[in-house]
Amino acid sequence: MEEAVQHEEQPSKAASIFTTGPLRIIVSLIVPVLAFLVLRWSFIYMRDADANKLLIGLVALIIGVGAVWALYLITDNLVSLLPQGIGDTVRPFVFVGPALAILGMYLVYPLARTIYLSFFDARSENFIGLDNYIFALTSPDMLVAFRNNLLWLVFVTGFVVSLGLIIAVMVDRIGRWEPVAKSIIFLPMAISAVGASVIWKFIYSFQPSPRPQIGLLNSIVTALGGEPQGWLILKPWNNFFLIIIMIWILTGFAMVVISAAVKGVPAELLEAARIDGANEVRIFFGVIIPYIRGTLITIATTVLIMVLKIFDIVYVMTSGQNDTEVIANRMFREMFVFRNFGRGSALAILLLIAVIPAMIYNVRNIREARR
Amino acid sequence: MSRFLSNLPLRITIIIIAFIWTLPTIGLLISSLRPQIDIQSSGWWTVFEHPFEIAQWTLANYQRVLTTDAMGDAFLNSLLVTIPSVVIPITIAAFAAYAFAWMEFPGKSLLFVVVVGLMVVPLQMSLIPLLRLYTQLDLNGTFLGIWLAHTGFGLPLAVFLLYGYISSLPEEIIESARVDGASPLTTFTRLVLPLSVPAIASFAIFQFLWVWNDLLVALVFLGTKKEVTVVTSRLAALVGERGEAWHVLTAGAFITMLIPLIVFFALQRYFVRGLTAGSVKG
Repeated sequence: MEEAVQHEEQPSKAASIFTTGPLRIIVSLIVPVLAFLVLRWSFIYMRDADANKLLIGLVALIIGVGAVWALYLITDNLVSLLPQGIGDTVRPFVFVGPALAILGMYLVYPLARTIYLSFFDARSENFIGLDNYIFALTSPDMLVAFRNNLLWLVFVTGFVVSLGLIIAVMVDRIGRWEPVAKSIIFLPMAISAVGASVIWKFIYSFQPSPRPQIGLLNSIVTALGGEPQGWLILKPWNNFFLIIIMIWILTGFAMVVISAAVKGVPAELLEAARIDGANEVRIFFGVIIPYIRGTLITIATTVLIMVLKIFDIVYVMTSGQNDTEVIANRMFREMFVFRNFGRGSALAILLLIAVIPAMIYNVRNIREARR
Repeated sequence: MSRFLSNLPLRITIIIIAFIWTLPTIGLLISSLRPQIDIQSSGWWTVFEHPFEIAQWTLANYQRVLTTDAMGDAFLNSLLVTIPSVVIPITIAAFAAYAFAWMEFPGKSLLFVVVVGLMVVPLQMSLIPLLRLYTQLDLNGTFLGIWLAHTGFGLPLAVFLLYGYISSLPEEIIESARVDGASPLTTFTRLVLPLSVPAIASFAIFQFLWVWNDLLVALVFLGTKKEVTVVTSRLAALVGERGEAWHVLTAGAFITMLIPLIVFFALQRYFVRGLTAGSVKG
């Protein structure tokens, strides 16, 4: 726009150096080389973990963002030197190239490599075929992990969607205080799973009998006359105490999404049902739920995927002990404790297989949206 | 008035639910302000018997966890990890989203489908090969390594979100810029980017919280040495090492929550929008 006009009408003396052919080509070549050298220096500098941290941060921000921009500007500049037709064909790749390169390196290549490694042994030296998968699907430890993941999937998704739905509908009718209530219930989504785990570990804490209880749950239990328990070591109920944490975190999320959908139910529909004499419960099941079916399915799928990968809570609360193991935590332990990269890879692939239906669903949605 | 009354059972139920939902966090907050001796001998709810007795409140736990237990350093590290991990993906994704939305190139559809597909991929997929690669490149335990990792993991969602927004900009605007002789780059920097600020803000907030609250990537690529550990991995280590030291754990946990809570209260609208859109992320 303005730039293009200025170039043609009043090139200043200095600027004219950059518009004349050969010099422009030379500059366009020198700058990338300089940029590369600067990048390389900063790469080595930032890699050195001992260097002053704040400085690293500053360097990172300036270089990182600045370099990325410079890269784009320079390559775009180079491309505009090319003849019109070729320039236009190449330019999109300049824009999209870095993204594709990073995706390739961080997601596509590792994906392929993990599949490959899953057929090898612990140190990835010998090919062992399907042994890792056989282990994953038959060893007693893994069967416990599968059972637990199933418990998580069923109970977390079931409760989160149901509670989210019920609360969304209730909160829709209280007028002025609705935003406050929603904020409060949504709040646990903001804190980390680690933080949530500390909160609940405190609630579950146990003191041997004569001493006063400091954990909320045990104090309620003893107030009602019961004996205090170590809730996290009680098999198999300890899984449910972990599951509660995730329900606490995710219900607000489901509630917010479903609430938006519930508010989309046309008022005429509800009025018509009321005039016909239906009571609130029948309206709930007969009008509201069918209308928001799509949203319910979407939120259920989303929660399912989040639960499938559950790691933080189990890692912090119990580290998988006392039969609370889950797949993602086991994979972590295979990597860092047992150092068995073959098994770790196989477990990662199993997780991938589990989310493939969701991947297909997403891709299909996109295809339709673009049509 | 009658509407208020007929709603009463509903309101009471909701108040009870809201109360149950906040109770755990309140318990944490109150405990973090109590002296160690008190925490270990009585439940936190007992403070309400004499709430104004100054002696039962203290900041010693925070003082201690910030210095001796390295939470202060971890806090700085978290900032150092999170901010570039937000800014860099946004920059790269914005360029790519613009290309997908308003430029033509062979394979565009297929590549976009791949990007969407990658959104759901659990990041466990990438850990082992990347760990090995990083060891060879000497990037393990470095901040640069984790910035790049978070960029890689965050790009599919970023491109998807920004694409959704940029592609919905009115075609006339883009066209008229082209007619005026603006290069694609200028159109991008002067026109599309400023208009895309809402989408960028939503993603930025989501990514900020995702990276700040992340544990797995930090454990794998950064490790637990005090120079590089972030608040989440530090807190996790404290739970492991000092399991019953509630005076330390409660204060430490609250420090990890401080920034997310501030972001949450200040930017709720963007927060919810961003989280909802980003929930599928691997």
